[in-house]
Amino acid sequence: MSDHLDHAGPAAGIIVCRDVHKWFGDLHVLRGIDMTVKAGEVVVIFGPSGSGKSTFIRTINRLEEHQRGEIFVDGIELTNDIRNIAAIRSEIGMVFQQFNLFPHLTALQNVTLGPIRVRKLRRDRAEQQGMDLLERVGIPEQAHKYPAQLSGGQQQRVAIARALAMQPKIMLFDEPTSALDPEMISEVLDVMRELAVSGMTMLCVTHEMGFARAVADRMVLFDEGLIVEEGPPSQIFEAPAQARTRQFLSQILH
Amino acid sequence: MSGQDSLLPPPTLALGPAGWLRQNLFSTWYNALLTIVLVAFLVPLVAVTLRWIVTEARWGVVTANLRLFLIGQYPFEEAWRIWLSLTMLSVLTGVSAGVYGGATVRTLATWLAAGQALLAALAAVSGLGPAVVLALVANAALVWVAFLAVRWRLRSVSHRLVGFAWLASIPISVILLQGIRGLPLPIVTSNLWGGLLLTFLLAIVGILLSFPFGVLLALGRRSSLPAVRFLSTAYIELIRGVPLVTILFMAAVMLPLFLPSNVRIDQVLRAMVGITLFSAAYVAENVRGGLQAIPLGQVEAAHAIGLNAFQTNRFIVLPQALRAVIPANVGLFISLLKDTTLVTIVGLLELLGIGRAVLAQPQWFGAQLEVYVFIAAVFFVLCYTMSQASYRLETALGVGTR
Repeated sequence: MSDHLDHAGPAAGIIVCRDVHKWFGDLHVLRGIDMTVKAGEVVVIFGPSGSGKSTFIRTINRLEEHQRGEIFVDGIELTNDIRNIAAIRSEIGMVFQQFNLFPHLTALQNVTLGPIRVRKLRRDRAEQQGMDLLERVGIPEQAHKYPAQLSGGQQQRVAIARALAMQPKIMLFDEPTSALDPEMISEVLDVMRELAVSGMTMLCVTHEMGFARAVADRMVLFDEGLIVEEGPPSQIFEAPAQARTRQFLSQILH
Repeated sequence: MSGQDSLLPPPTLALGPAGWLRQNLFSTWYNALLTIVLVAFLVPLVAVTLRWIVTEARWGVVTANLRLFLIGQYPFEEAWRIWLSLTMLSVLTGVSAGVYGGATVRTLATWLAAGQALLAALAAVSGLGPAVVLALVANAALVWVAFLAVRWRLRSVSHRLVGFAWLASIPISVILLQGIRGLPLPIVTSNLWGGLLLTFLLAIVGILLSFPFGVLLALGRRSSLPAVRFLSTAYIELIRGVPLVTILFMAAVMLPLFLPSNVRIDQVLRAMVGITLFSAAYVAENVRGGLQAIPLGQVEAAHAIGLNAFQTNRFIVLPQALRAVIPANVGLFISLLKDTTLVTIVGLLELLGIGRAVLAQPQWFGAQLEVYVFIAAVFFVLCYTMSQASYRLETALGVGTR
C-alpha cells in the first residue's frame, strides 16, 4: 500500500519517512510508515487512540527512536549521531497536548530560552523577537505571567510562540487542543490556521475535523500502526476509499 | 437575580476575646475539662522552670567559660581574626540582603545581626573585655550599615560581584583563621579551634560542599551511562548504610593509615571531609526525589526547542527539582548542624565537647543542667534561623504554588 512512495528520495520532500517501525517492548506500534511531506504542506493525522499517530510524529524529532526504516528531515538523516539530532531538532518546532511550558519561567522567558541558549541570540534581541511572537499569538499582555497564571488556551499559545521562536521550518502538533476546555479550542486553532496560511510546513495530530477540512492539504488516517488511507480532505470526507475510514469518521462526527 | 443586588459580601465572623475563649477552649464539656487539666499542669511547670532560670541556676558556669564556649582554645590574643572573619560575613550578608532584597537573605541578615548583638551582651556580662564587645556590636551594626548603604546609594552593585566576593571570602576566612607562612599571621593549628567557632565552621563547610556534591551524585544516579550510574548508586547506598560516627572514625583514624606517612591531613579538615561525604549521600537522595517529580514532558519540551542534555538539566530540570526539595534539604542541613556534635568522638571540642570539658572542672561540678540548657539554646537559635530562612525561601520561590 506504500508503493507510490518507492521512487521518493531524500530530496523529494522536507520530511521523508520510509518503512518506519517502532516497538514498545513487544508491542509493535509503528508497522512500516511511509510518508513524504512537501515544504509548506499541512498534513492532518488522525485515527483511534493507540494507533501510533503521536508516536509517529514524535519519531520525527527523535523524542522517540525509530528502530527500523529511515527518516530524512530537510535532507538530514535522523541517526543516533547527536549532531544530526540537534540539527534536525533546530528545524522542527513541537507543540504538546499538555503544553509542557516551563512552570518556573514567565511566558516571555519560556519563549526566549531557546533563542538565547541554543541560538545564542543577545537577550534584548531575543526578548524583542519573543514579544513579537506573543503579539502574533495574541497575548503580549501576559508576557510576564507564569504559566500557572494563564488559562489553558493562553498556555498553548505561549507554547506555540515558544516553538516558533526557534524559527523552525516544520511544526509538529501533538493533539494541541485535546487538553483544552471547549471555549478555548478556537483561540488555539485560529493561531494554527494563521500559521498554516503563512506557509509553514505542519504535521498535526488532531481530531478537530473542522480545522482539518479548512486547512489541511492532506489527511492521513492511522490505525494499528499503519496508514489506512490518505488524501485531500474532500476525498476523506466525501469519498473515502476504505471502510475503516468511513467507520472512524462516523464515530467521531456522530 | 442579576446585577449588584445579588452580590453579597461574605458574612463577618468577628469574635470577641470571650467568644474566642468559648469557641477554642470551652466549646464542649470535655474541651473545657481538657483546658482546665492542662492549665493546672502547665502553670506549675512554667513557674518551676522560670524560678530555676532566674534564681537557682548557676549561670556563672557559662559566663566564666564563655571564651571556651565561643572559640575553644583559640589563642585569645589572636581572636580578632575570628571577629574580622565575622565582619566579612556580616558585610557580605548585609550587601546581599540589599542587592537581592529577598525575604530569605533579609531573614538571615536579621538573625546574624541579632545573634552577634546577643553574643556581645553575653561577652559584656562575662568580662571578655570591651574590645570583644565592641567588635561584635560593630559587626551587628555593619550588617545593617551594609544593607542600608546598598539600598540607598549603591543599588547597582552587580550580582556577579557579590557572588565573587562570597566565593573569595571562603579562602580569605580560612587563611585569616589558620594563618599562613610568609604573612605576619601566626599559625593557629586547627586542633585549637573549638566551641561555637568549630561548630559553625563544620556546619557551613559541610552544607556548602555537600550540596553541589549531592546534586552531582543525584544526577549521576539517573545518568544514562551505566558506569556513572553504578558508581553514584554504590556511593550513596554505601554511605547511607553506615553511621556518621563510623565515617568520622574512618576519616580520623583509618585515613592516615592509607596515606603516605609524609602526608598529614589536619584533624578538622578530616572531620569536614567526613561530614561532607556523609551529608552528600543524603542530599543526593533528596534531590533524586525532586528530579523524579519533574514530568517527562518538561525534558521533552526542552529537547524539542533544542536544548542539549546539560542545558536541559541546568535550565529546566534542576531549577524545578531543587526548589521542590528545599524543605527536605533544610531539614537535612539542620540535622547536619546538630550532628557536628559527633566530632567530639574523634577528639574535637565543638560546642558540646567544650561543654563536657567545662563540666570536668571541679568548681563547676553539678552544673550539667546549666551547661546543657545553654548549649541547647544556642543550637535552637541556629536551627530556628535556618528553618525560618527556608520558609522565606519557599514562599519566595513559590513551592507548591508553581
